[in-house]
Amino acid sequence: MKIQRRHLFLAVLVLLAIWQIAALIINRRILPTPIEVGQVFIQELSDDLIEHFMASLWRVLASTALAIAAAVPLGLILGQSKRLNALISPMVYLIYPIPKVVLVPIVLLFLGIGDLPKIAIIFLILFFQILVLVRDQAAGLRPELIQSVRSLGAGRRALFRFVYLPASLPAILTALRQSVGTAVAVLYIAELFATQKGLGYYIYINGSTLFNYPAMYAGVVAMSILGLGLYFGVDWLERRFCTWQSVY
Amino acid sequence: MIRLESITQSYQQGPPVFQEFDWVVESGEAWAVLGPSGCGKTTLLYLISGLVPPTTGEIIIDDQRLERPRPHTGLILQDYGLLPWATVRQNAELGLRVRRFYGPDGKHAPEDMQPAQDVDMWLDRLGLGEQVDKYPGQLSGGQRQRTAIARTLALNPDLLLMDEPFSSLDAPTREGLQLLTLELMTEEKITLIIVTHSIEEAAFMGKKILLLGTPPNKKADMIPNPSSGRPEFRDTNTYQDLCRNLRERMDKE
Repeated sequence: MKIQRRHLFLAVLVLLAIWQIAALIINRRILPTPIEVGQVFIQELSDDLIEHFMASLWRVLASTALAIAAAVPLGLILGQSKRLNALISPMVYLIYPIPKVVLVPIVLLFLGIGDLPKIAIIFLILFFQILVLVRDQAAGLRPELIQSVRSLGAGRRALFRFVYLPASLPAILTALRQSVGTAVAVLYIAELFATQKGLGYYIYINGSTLFNYPAMYAGVVAMSILGLGLYFGVDWLERRFCTWQSVY
Repeated sequence: MIRLESITQSYQQGPPVFQEFDWVVESGEAWAVLGPSGCGKTTLLYLISGLVPPTTGEIIIDDQRLERPRPHTGLILQDYGLLPWATVRQNAELGLRVRRFYGPDGKHAPEDMQPAQDVDMWLDRLGLGEQVDKYPGQLSGGQRQRTAIARTLALNPDLLLMDEPFSSLDAPTREGLQLLTLELMTEEKITLIIVTHSIEEAAFMGKKILLLGTPPNKKADMIPNPSSGRPEFRDTNTYQDLCRNLRERMDKE
Protein backbone atom coordinates (compact mmCIF):
# COMPACT_ATOMS: atom_id res chain seq x y z
CA MET A 1 0.00 0.00 0.00
CA LYS A 2 1.31 3.41 -0.91
CA ILE A 3 0.99 5.90 1.92
CA GLN A 4 1.30 9.56 1.06
CA ARG A 5 3.98 11.51 2.84
CA ARG A 6 1.51 14.20 3.88
CA HIS A 7 -0.72 11.62 5.55
CA LEU A 8 2.24 10.12 7.36
CA PHE A 9 3.20 13.53 8.68
CA LEU A 10 -0.37 14.16 9.84
CA ALA A 11 -0.42 10.78 11.60
CA VAL A 12 2.73 11.74 13.52
CA LEU A 13 1.11 15.00 14.59
CA VAL A 14 -2.06 13.24 15.75
CA LEU A 15 -0.09 10.67 17.78
CA LEU A 16 1.98 13.43 19.39
CA ALA A 17 -1.22 15.32 20.21
CA ILE A 18 -2.73 12.23 21.87
CA TRP A 19 0.46 11.77 23.86
CA GLN A 20 0.45 15.42 24.91
CA ILE A 21 -3.20 15.28 26.03
CA ALA A 22 -2.66 12.00 27.90
CA ALA A 23 0.39 13.49 29.65
CA LEU A 24 -1.59 16.55 30.70
CA ILE A 25 -4.50 14.47 32.01
CA ILE A 26 -2.38 11.90 33.85
CA ASN A 27 -0.01 14.60 35.05
CA ARG A 28 2.61 12.36 36.67
CA ARG A 29 6.40 12.12 36.33
CA ILE A 30 6.21 8.70 34.70
CA LEU A 31 4.57 10.24 31.59
CA PRO A 32 6.41 13.40 30.51
CA THR A 33 5.01 15.45 27.63
CA PRO A 34 6.39 15.01 24.12
CA ILE A 35 7.81 18.52 24.24
CA GLU A 36 9.79 17.74 27.35
CA VAL A 37 10.98 14.41 25.89
CA GLY A 38 11.89 16.18 22.65
CA GLN A 39 14.09 18.65 24.47
CA VAL A 40 15.81 15.90 26.45
CA PHE A 41 16.19 13.82 23.30
CA ILE A 42 18.12 16.62 21.60
CA GLN A 43 20.23 17.27 24.70
CA GLU A 44 20.99 13.58 25.17
CA LEU A 45 21.87 13.16 21.52
CA SER A 46 24.81 15.49 21.91
CA ASP A 47 25.66 13.68 25.14
CA ASP A 48 25.78 9.87 24.91
CA LEU A 49 22.44 8.81 23.42
CA ILE A 50 23.96 8.89 19.94
CA GLU A 51 26.63 6.40 21.05
CA HIS A 52 24.01 3.99 22.35
CA PHE A 53 22.04 4.46 19.16
CA MET A 54 25.07 3.69 17.01
CA ALA A 55 25.90 0.63 19.12
CA SER A 56 22.41 -0.78 18.55
CA LEU A 57 22.40 0.16 14.87
CA TRP A 58 25.76 -1.52 14.37
CA ARG A 59 24.50 -4.73 15.99
CA VAL A 60 21.44 -4.84 13.75
CA LEU A 61 23.37 -4.06 10.56
CA ALA A 62 26.20 -6.48 11.31
CA SER A 63 23.82 -9.33 12.10
CA THR A 64 21.71 -8.56 9.03
CA ALA A 65 24.76 -8.66 6.79
CA LEU A 66 25.93 -11.93 8.36
CA ALA A 67 22.47 -13.48 8.14
CA ILE A 68 22.17 -12.57 4.44
CA ALA A 69 25.67 -13.83 3.70
CA ALA A 70 24.96 -17.18 5.38
CA ALA A 71 21.29 -17.78 4.59
CA VAL A 72 21.16 -16.79 0.92
CA PRO A 73 23.69 -19.31 -0.44
CA LEU A 74 22.26 -22.06 1.74
CA GLY A 75 18.69 -21.17 0.75
CA LEU A 76 19.64 -21.21 -2.93
CA ILE A 77 21.30 -24.61 -2.60
CA LEU A 78 18.37 -26.10 -0.68
CA GLY A 79 15.91 -24.63 -3.17
CA GLN A 80 17.70 -26.23 -6.08
CA SER A 81 18.57 -29.59 -4.57
CA LYS A 82 15.59 -31.73 -3.62
CA ARG A 83 17.82 -34.30 -1.90
CA LEU A 84 19.59 -31.83 0.37
CA ASN A 85 16.34 -30.08 1.10
CA ALA A 86 14.72 -33.35 2.17
CA LEU A 87 17.65 -33.85 4.54
CA ILE A 88 17.83 -30.36 6.05
CA SER A 89 14.23 -29.18 5.90
CA PRO A 90 12.94 -31.22 8.86
CA MET A 91 15.53 -29.49 11.04
CA VAL A 92 14.63 -26.08 9.71
CA TYR A 93 10.97 -26.96 10.20
CA LEU A 94 11.58 -27.69 13.87
CA ILE A 95 13.86 -24.75 14.62
CA TYR A 96 12.06 -22.11 12.55
CA PRO A 97 9.04 -21.59 14.85
CA ILE A 98 11.03 -21.47 18.12
CA PRO A 99 10.83 -17.90 19.39
CA LYS A 100 14.53 -17.06 19.29
CA VAL A 101 14.18 -14.64 22.18
CA VAL A 102 14.09 -17.58 24.62
CA LEU A 103 17.59 -18.43 23.44
CA VAL A 104 18.92 -15.10 24.74
CA PRO A 105 20.08 -16.50 28.13
CA ILE A 106 21.73 -19.49 26.45
CA VAL A 107 23.52 -17.36 23.87
CA LEU A 108 24.68 -15.05 26.67
CA LEU A 109 26.02 -17.99 28.64
CA PHE A 110 28.01 -19.21 25.68
CA LEU A 111 29.15 -15.96 24.13
CA GLY A 112 29.49 -13.83 27.22
CA ILE A 113 29.60 -10.04 27.17
CA GLY A 114 30.17 -7.62 24.33
CA ASP A 115 28.63 -7.32 20.88
CA LEU A 116 28.89 -10.94 19.85
CA PRO A 117 25.91 -12.45 21.74
CA LYS A 118 23.63 -9.59 20.61
CA ILE A 119 24.68 -10.00 17.02
CA ALA A 120 24.29 -13.77 17.31
CA ILE A 121 20.73 -13.62 18.57
CA ILE A 122 19.52 -11.25 15.83
CA PHE A 123 21.42 -13.34 13.34
CA LEU A 124 19.42 -16.40 14.44
CA ILE A 125 16.11 -14.59 13.94
CA LEU A 126 16.98 -13.25 10.50
CA PHE A 127 18.88 -16.32 9.32
CA PHE A 128 15.94 -18.71 9.47
CA GLN A 129 13.49 -16.20 8.02
CA ILE A 130 15.77 -15.44 5.06
CA LEU A 131 16.70 -19.11 4.62
CA VAL A 132 13.10 -20.25 4.36
CA LEU A 133 11.99 -17.50 1.99
CA VAL A 134 15.03 -17.73 -0.29
CA ARG A 135 14.72 -21.52 -0.38
CA ASP A 136 11.08 -21.32 -1.42
CA GLN A 137 11.85 -18.66 -4.00
CA ALA A 138 14.66 -20.75 -5.49
CA ALA A 139 12.49 -23.87 -5.49
CA GLY A 140 9.83 -21.88 -7.35
CA LEU A 141 12.19 -21.08 -10.22
CA ARG A 142 10.86 -23.11 -13.12
CA PRO A 143 13.29 -25.57 -14.71
CA GLU A 144 12.26 -24.13 -18.09
CA LEU A 145 13.62 -20.75 -17.02
CA ILE A 146 16.94 -22.24 -15.94
CA GLN A 147 17.24 -24.26 -19.16
CA SER A 148 16.41 -21.23 -21.30
CA VAL A 149 19.12 -19.19 -19.67
CA ARG A 150 21.57 -22.09 -19.92
CA SER A 151 20.79 -22.33 -23.61
CA LEU A 152 21.91 -18.70 -23.93
CA GLY A 153 25.35 -19.86 -22.85
CA ALA A 154 25.06 -19.36 -19.11
CA GLY A 155 27.15 -21.65 -16.93
CA ARG A 156 26.98 -21.85 -13.16
CA ARG A 157 28.44 -18.41 -12.53
CA ALA A 158 26.21 -16.61 -14.99
CA LEU A 159 23.15 -18.46 -13.67
CA PHE A 160 24.01 -17.23 -10.21
CA ARG A 161 24.53 -13.67 -11.41
CA PHE A 162 21.54 -13.39 -13.76
CA VAL A 163 18.98 -15.76 -12.24
CA TYR A 164 19.55 -16.89 -8.66
CA LEU A 165 20.78 -13.63 -7.20
CA PRO A 166 18.05 -11.39 -8.64
CA ALA A 167 15.46 -14.05 -7.82
CA SER A 168 16.45 -14.12 -4.17
CA LEU A 169 16.50 -10.35 -3.71
CA PRO A 170 12.72 -9.99 -3.17
CA ALA A 171 12.82 -12.94 -0.77
CA ILE A 172 15.60 -11.29 1.25
CA LEU A 173 13.70 -8.02 1.42
CA THR A 174 10.43 -9.73 2.38
CA ALA A 175 12.28 -11.61 5.11
CA LEU A 176 13.80 -8.37 6.41
CA ARG A 177 10.47 -6.57 6.27
CA GLN A 178 8.86 -9.36 8.30
CA SER A 179 11.55 -9.72 10.89
CA VAL A 180 13.25 -6.37 11.33
CA GLY A 181 10.67 -5.40 13.97
CA THR A 182 11.20 -8.63 15.90
CA ALA A 183 14.94 -8.17 15.57
CA VAL A 184 14.85 -4.74 17.20
CA ALA A 185 12.54 -6.02 19.95
CA VAL A 186 14.86 -8.90 20.74
CA LEU A 187 17.84 -6.58 20.56
CA TYR A 188 16.21 -4.56 23.33
CA ILE A 189 15.93 -7.66 25.52
CA ALA A 190 19.49 -8.73 24.70
CA GLU A 191 20.84 -5.29 25.56
CA LEU A 192 19.39 -5.48 29.06
CA PHE A 193 22.13 -7.98 29.93
CA ALA A 194 25.88 -7.85 30.10
CA THR A 195 26.45 -4.58 28.29
CA GLN A 196 26.77 -0.88 28.92
CA LYS A 197 26.19 0.16 25.35
CA GLY A 198 23.02 0.14 23.32
CA LEU A 199 19.55 1.60 23.50
CA GLY A 200 18.18 -1.30 25.54
CA TYR A 201 20.70 -0.62 28.26
CA TYR A 202 20.11 3.15 27.99
CA ILE A 203 16.34 2.82 28.40
CA TYR A 204 16.67 0.38 31.27
CA ILE A 205 19.28 2.31 33.23
CA ASN A 206 17.40 5.62 32.94
CA GLY A 207 14.04 4.05 33.80
CA SER A 208 14.85 1.77 36.69
CA THR A 209 18.09 3.03 38.19
CA LEU A 210 18.41 6.75 37.50
CA PHE A 211 14.64 7.40 37.44
CA ASN A 212 15.29 9.91 34.65
CA TYR A 213 11.97 9.38 32.92
CA PRO A 214 12.34 11.98 30.14
CA ALA A 215 15.67 10.37 29.18
CA MET A 216 14.06 6.92 29.29
CA TYR A 217 11.39 8.18 26.89
CA ALA A 218 14.10 9.71 24.71
CA GLY A 219 15.61 6.23 24.54
CA VAL A 220 12.25 4.74 23.57
CA VAL A 221 11.94 7.36 20.84
CA ALA A 222 15.45 6.54 19.62
CA MET A 223 14.59 2.82 19.54
CA SER A 224 11.42 3.59 17.59
CA ILE A 225 13.42 5.68 15.16
CA LEU A 226 15.82 2.77 14.75
CA GLY A 227 13.00 0.31 14.01
CA LEU A 228 11.17 2.71 11.72
CA GLY A 229 14.36 3.69 9.93
CA LEU A 230 15.19 0.05 9.19
CA TYR A 231 11.65 -0.56 8.00
CA PHE A 232 11.78 2.47 5.72
CA GLY A 233 15.16 1.32 4.46
CA VAL A 234 13.76 -2.05 3.43
CA ASP A 235 10.80 -0.30 1.85
CA TRP A 236 13.09 1.91 -0.17
CA LEU A 237 15.20 -1.03 -1.33
CA GLU A 238 12.07 -2.88 -2.41
CA ARG A 239 10.86 0.09 -4.43
CA ARG A 240 14.30 0.55 -5.92
CA PHE A 241 15.05 -3.06 -6.85
CA CYS A 242 11.75 -4.90 -7.04
CA THR A 243 9.63 -2.64 -9.20
CA TRP A 244 8.51 -5.63 -11.23
CA GLN A 245 6.55 -7.05 -8.30
CA SER A 246 4.32 -4.02 -7.97
CA VAL A 247 3.17 -4.01 -11.60
CA TYR A 248 1.04 -7.15 -11.49
CA MET B 1 24.51 -30.03 -40.59
CA ILE B 2 23.29 -32.00 -37.58
CA ARG B 3 23.91 -35.73 -37.32
CA LEU B 4 22.54 -37.95 -34.60
CA GLU B 5 24.54 -41.15 -34.64
CA SER B 6 23.16 -44.18 -32.92
CA ILE B 7 21.63 -42.22 -30.06
CA THR B 8 20.22 -44.12 -27.13
CA GLN B 9 18.55 -42.14 -24.41
CA SER B 10 17.00 -43.85 -21.44
CA TYR B 11 15.64 -42.74 -18.12
CA GLN B 12 15.52 -44.66 -14.88
CA GLN B 13 12.07 -46.01 -15.60
CA GLY B 14 10.44 -47.36 -18.73
CA PRO B 15 11.88 -48.25 -22.11
CA PRO B 16 14.52 -45.98 -23.67
CA VAL B 17 13.00 -42.99 -25.46
CA PHE B 18 15.44 -43.41 -28.34
CA GLN B 19 17.28 -46.58 -29.22
CA GLU B 20 20.17 -46.46 -31.68
CA PHE B 21 18.42 -43.61 -33.39
CA ASP B 22 19.97 -41.93 -36.45
CA TRP B 23 18.80 -38.66 -37.91
CA VAL B 24 20.32 -36.05 -40.21
CA VAL B 25 19.26 -32.42 -40.54
CA GLU B 26 20.86 -30.42 -43.36
CA SER B 27 21.70 -26.73 -42.89
CA GLY B 28 18.86 -24.37 -43.68
CA GLU B 29 16.15 -27.01 -43.42
CA ALA B 30 12.91 -26.46 -41.55
CA TRP B 31 11.90 -29.54 -39.60
CA ALA B 32 8.82 -30.13 -37.52
CA VAL B 33 9.00 -32.92 -34.95
CA LEU B 34 5.54 -34.28 -34.30
CA GLY B 35 4.32 -36.82 -31.81
CA PRO B 36 2.04 -37.45 -28.84
CA SER B 37 3.12 -36.48 -25.33
CA GLY B 38 5.72 -38.79 -23.88
CA CYS B 39 7.11 -39.70 -27.29
CA GLY B 40 10.44 -38.04 -26.59
CA LYS B 41 10.19 -34.95 -28.76
CA THR B 42 11.23 -32.56 -26.01
CA THR B 43 14.06 -34.93 -25.08
CA LEU B 44 15.22 -34.81 -28.69
CA LEU B 45 15.36 -31.02 -28.56
CA TYR B 46 17.26 -30.98 -25.27
CA LEU B 47 19.74 -33.47 -26.73
CA ILE B 48 20.38 -31.30 -29.77
CA SER B 49 20.61 -28.17 -27.61
CA GLY B 50 23.44 -29.80 -25.66
CA LEU B 51 21.66 -29.31 -22.34
CA VAL B 52 21.26 -33.06 -21.86
CA PRO B 53 23.92 -35.56 -22.96
CA PRO B 54 22.73 -38.79 -24.64
CA THR B 55 23.15 -42.05 -22.71
CA THR B 56 25.12 -43.44 -25.64
CA GLY B 57 25.78 -42.27 -29.18
CA GLU B 58 26.99 -39.01 -30.62
CA ILE B 59 25.53 -35.76 -31.82
CA ILE B 60 27.64 -33.95 -34.37
CA ILE B 61 26.88 -30.41 -35.41
CA ASP B 62 29.02 -28.86 -38.17
CA ASP B 63 31.63 -31.60 -37.78
CA GLN B 64 31.98 -31.01 -34.06
CA ARG B 65 30.93 -33.40 -31.37
CA LEU B 66 28.32 -31.75 -29.15
CA GLU B 67 29.31 -31.72 -25.51
CA ARG B 68 27.68 -28.59 -24.11
CA PRO B 69 25.24 -25.92 -25.31
CA ARG B 70 26.60 -24.39 -28.49
CA PRO B 71 26.78 -20.57 -28.68
CA HIS B 72 25.18 -20.62 -32.13
CA THR B 73 22.16 -22.68 -31.12
CA GLY B 74 19.05 -20.84 -29.94
CA LEU B 75 16.39 -22.55 -27.83
CA ILE B 76 12.87 -21.25 -27.31
CA LEU B 77 10.54 -23.03 -24.91
CA GLN B 78 6.79 -22.94 -24.56
CA ASP B 79 6.72 -20.37 -21.79
CA TYR B 80 8.42 -19.43 -18.54
CA GLY B 81 11.64 -18.69 -20.38
CA LEU B 82 11.74 -14.97 -19.53
CA LEU B 83 13.07 -13.49 -16.30
CA PRO B 84 10.00 -12.12 -14.51
CA TRP B 85 12.02 -9.35 -12.83
CA ALA B 86 13.50 -7.99 -16.04
CA THR B 87 11.90 -5.74 -18.63
CA VAL B 88 11.41 -6.73 -22.25
CA ARG B 89 14.61 -4.94 -23.22
CA GLN B 90 16.61 -6.48 -20.35
CA ASN B 91 15.26 -9.91 -21.22
CA ALA B 92 16.12 -9.45 -24.87
CA GLU B 93 19.63 -8.37 -23.85
CA LEU B 94 20.15 -11.32 -21.52
CA GLY B 95 21.98 -13.52 -24.00
CA LEU B 96 24.31 -10.68 -24.94
CA ARG B 97 24.96 -9.89 -21.28
CA VAL B 98 25.79 -13.54 -20.60
CA ARG B 99 28.24 -13.40 -23.50
CA ARG B 100 29.85 -10.21 -22.23
CA PHE B 101 30.02 -11.77 -18.76
CA TYR B 102 32.23 -14.58 -20.06
CA GLY B 103 33.91 -12.81 -22.95
CA PRO B 104 34.68 -14.59 -26.24
CA ASP B 105 35.85 -17.88 -24.71
CA GLY B 106 34.47 -20.17 -27.43
CA LYS B 107 32.59 -22.11 -24.76
CA HIS B 108 29.87 -19.86 -23.46
CA ALA B 109 30.22 -17.29 -26.21
CA PRO B 110 31.58 -17.56 -29.74
CA GLU B 111 35.24 -16.65 -30.21
CA ASP B 112 34.37 -14.23 -32.98
CA MET B 113 31.66 -12.44 -31.00
CA GLN B 114 30.98 -8.80 -31.78
CA PRO B 115 31.13 -6.85 -28.51
CA ALA B 116 28.66 -4.08 -29.28
CA GLN B 117 25.49 -5.64 -30.53
CA ASP B 118 22.21 -4.12 -29.62
CA VAL B 119 18.77 -5.55 -29.44
CA ASP B 120 16.72 -2.56 -30.56
CA MET B 121 16.73 -3.70 -34.16
CA TRP B 122 15.24 -7.05 -33.16
CA LEU B 123 12.75 -5.52 -30.76
CA ASP B 124 11.52 -3.27 -33.56
CA ARG B 125 11.51 -6.09 -36.08
CA LEU B 126 9.35 -8.16 -33.75
CA GLY B 127 6.97 -5.29 -33.06
CA LEU B 128 7.99 -4.79 -29.44
CA GLY B 129 9.12 -1.16 -29.76
CA GLU B 130 6.33 0.05 -27.46
CA GLN B 131 6.80 -2.70 -24.87
CA VAL B 132 10.51 -2.36 -24.10
CA ASP B 133 10.03 -1.16 -20.53
CA LYS B 134 7.29 -3.59 -19.58
CA TYR B 135 7.75 -6.72 -17.49
CA PRO B 136 6.77 -10.19 -18.76
CA GLY B 137 3.76 -10.20 -16.41
CA GLN B 138 2.37 -7.20 -18.26
CA LEU B 139 2.63 -8.79 -21.70
CA SER B 140 0.34 -11.01 -23.72
CA GLY B 141 1.48 -14.56 -24.45
CA GLY B 142 2.34 -13.58 -28.01
CA GLN B 143 4.46 -10.63 -26.87
CA ARG B 144 6.29 -12.85 -24.43
CA GLN B 145 7.19 -15.31 -27.17
CA ARG B 146 8.27 -12.42 -29.42
CA THR B 147 10.58 -11.28 -26.64
CA ALA B 148 12.02 -14.79 -26.35
CA ILE B 149 12.54 -14.85 -30.12
CA ALA B 150 14.23 -11.43 -30.09
CA ARG B 151 16.52 -12.57 -27.28
CA THR B 152 17.55 -15.62 -29.27
CA LEU B 153 17.95 -13.90 -32.63
CA ALA B 154 20.11 -11.18 -31.05
CA LEU B 155 22.70 -13.92 -30.56
CA ASN B 156 22.81 -14.51 -34.28
CA PRO B 157 22.10 -18.26 -34.20
CA ASP B 158 22.45 -20.66 -37.12
CA LEU B 159 20.16 -23.22 -35.52
CA LEU B 160 16.87 -22.50 -33.82
CA LEU B 161 15.20 -25.09 -31.61
CA MET B 162 11.62 -24.46 -30.55
CA ASP B 163 9.63 -26.53 -28.08
CA GLU B 164 5.88 -26.00 -28.48
CA PRO B 165 6.57 -22.29 -28.74
CA PHE B 166 3.09 -21.23 -29.78
CA SER B 167 0.84 -23.77 -28.10
CA SER B 168 -0.43 -21.43 -25.40
CA LEU B 169 -1.38 -18.69 -27.88
CA ASP B 170 -4.71 -17.94 -29.52
CA ALA B 171 -5.10 -18.93 -33.17
CA PRO B 172 -4.48 -15.58 -34.93
CA THR B 173 -1.44 -14.80 -32.77
CA ARG B 174 -0.14 -18.31 -33.31
CA GLU B 175 -0.50 -18.17 -37.08
CA GLY B 176 1.11 -14.72 -37.18
CA LEU B 177 4.10 -15.90 -35.21
CA GLN B 178 4.45 -19.12 -37.23
CA LEU B 179 4.69 -17.06 -40.38
CA LEU B 180 7.06 -14.55 -38.82
CA THR B 181 9.32 -17.35 -37.62
CA LEU B 182 9.52 -18.84 -41.11
CA GLU B 183 10.25 -15.39 -42.59
CA LEU B 184 13.06 -14.79 -40.12
CA MET B 185 14.48 -18.24 -40.80
CA THR B 186 14.77 -17.50 -44.49
CA GLU B 187 16.13 -13.99 -43.90
CA GLU B 188 18.79 -15.14 -41.47
CA LYS B 189 19.48 -18.52 -43.11
CA ILE B 190 18.75 -20.42 -39.92
CA THR B 191 18.08 -24.13 -39.56
CA LEU B 192 14.81 -24.70 -37.72
CA ILE B 193 13.65 -27.62 -35.62
CA ILE B 194 10.25 -27.07 -34.09
CA VAL B 195 8.70 -29.59 -31.75
CA THR B 196 4.94 -29.72 -31.60
CA HIS B 197 2.01 -31.95 -30.75
CA SER B 198 -0.17 -30.03 -33.20
CA ILE B 199 -0.64 -31.72 -36.56
CA GLU B 200 -1.61 -28.40 -38.18
CA GLU B 201 1.51 -26.66 -36.89
CA ALA B 202 3.77 -29.46 -38.09
CA ALA B 203 2.09 -29.48 -41.49
CA PHE B 204 2.39 -25.72 -41.86
CA MET B 205 5.92 -25.19 -40.58
CA GLY B 206 7.91 -28.28 -41.48
CA LYS B 207 9.37 -28.76 -44.95
CA LYS B 208 10.19 -32.12 -43.47
CA ILE B 209 8.24 -33.72 -40.67
CA LEU B 210 9.76 -36.17 -38.22
CA LEU B 211 7.07 -38.37 -36.73
CA LEU B 212 7.83 -39.90 -33.34
CA GLY B 213 5.76 -42.61 -31.75
CA THR B 214 5.56 -44.55 -28.52
CA PRO B 215 9.08 -45.18 -27.21
CA PRO B 216 11.47 -46.64 -28.01
CA ASN B 217 11.97 -44.69 -31.24
CA LYS B 218 14.38 -46.64 -33.40
CA LYS B 219 14.05 -45.19 -36.88
CA ALA B 220 13.55 -41.61 -38.07
CA ASP B 221 10.17 -41.59 -39.82
CA MET B 222 10.32 -38.64 -42.22
CA ILE B 223 7.45 -37.15 -44.21
CA PRO B 224 8.46 -34.63 -46.89
CA ASN B 225 6.34 -31.50 -47.16
CA PRO B 226 8.08 -29.29 -49.72
CA SER B 227 5.26 -26.86 -50.42
CA SER B 228 4.72 -25.78 -46.80
CA GLY B 229 5.40 -22.38 -45.32
CA ARG B 230 3.27 -19.93 -47.29
CA PRO B 231 0.01 -18.61 -45.75
CA GLU B 232 -2.04 -19.90 -48.74
CA PHE B 233 -0.74 -23.40 -48.07
CA ARG B 234 -3.39 -23.89 -45.40
CA ASP B 235 -6.14 -23.64 -48.05
CA THR B 236 -4.70 -26.29 -50.36
CA ASN B 237 -5.72 -29.91 -50.70
CA THR B 238 -2.11 -30.96 -50.19
CA TYR B 239 -2.26 -29.47 -46.71
CA GLN B 240 -5.58 -31.11 -45.91
CA ASP B 241 -4.36 -34.48 -47.19
CA LEU B 242 -1.15 -34.21 -45.23
CA CYS B 243 -3.01 -33.41 -42.02
CA ARG B 244 -5.31 -36.40 -42.56
CA ASN B 245 -2.34 -38.63 -43.33
CA LEU B 246 -0.48 -37.46 -40.20
CA ARG B 247 -3.55 -37.95 -38.04
CA GLU B 248 -4.01 -41.51 -39.29
CA ARG B 249 -0.38 -42.34 -38.71
CA MET B 250 -0.47 -40.85 -35.21
CA ASP B 251 -3.60 -42.83 -34.36
CA LYS B 252 -1.89 -46.02 -35.47
CA GLU B 253 0.98 -45.45 -33.04
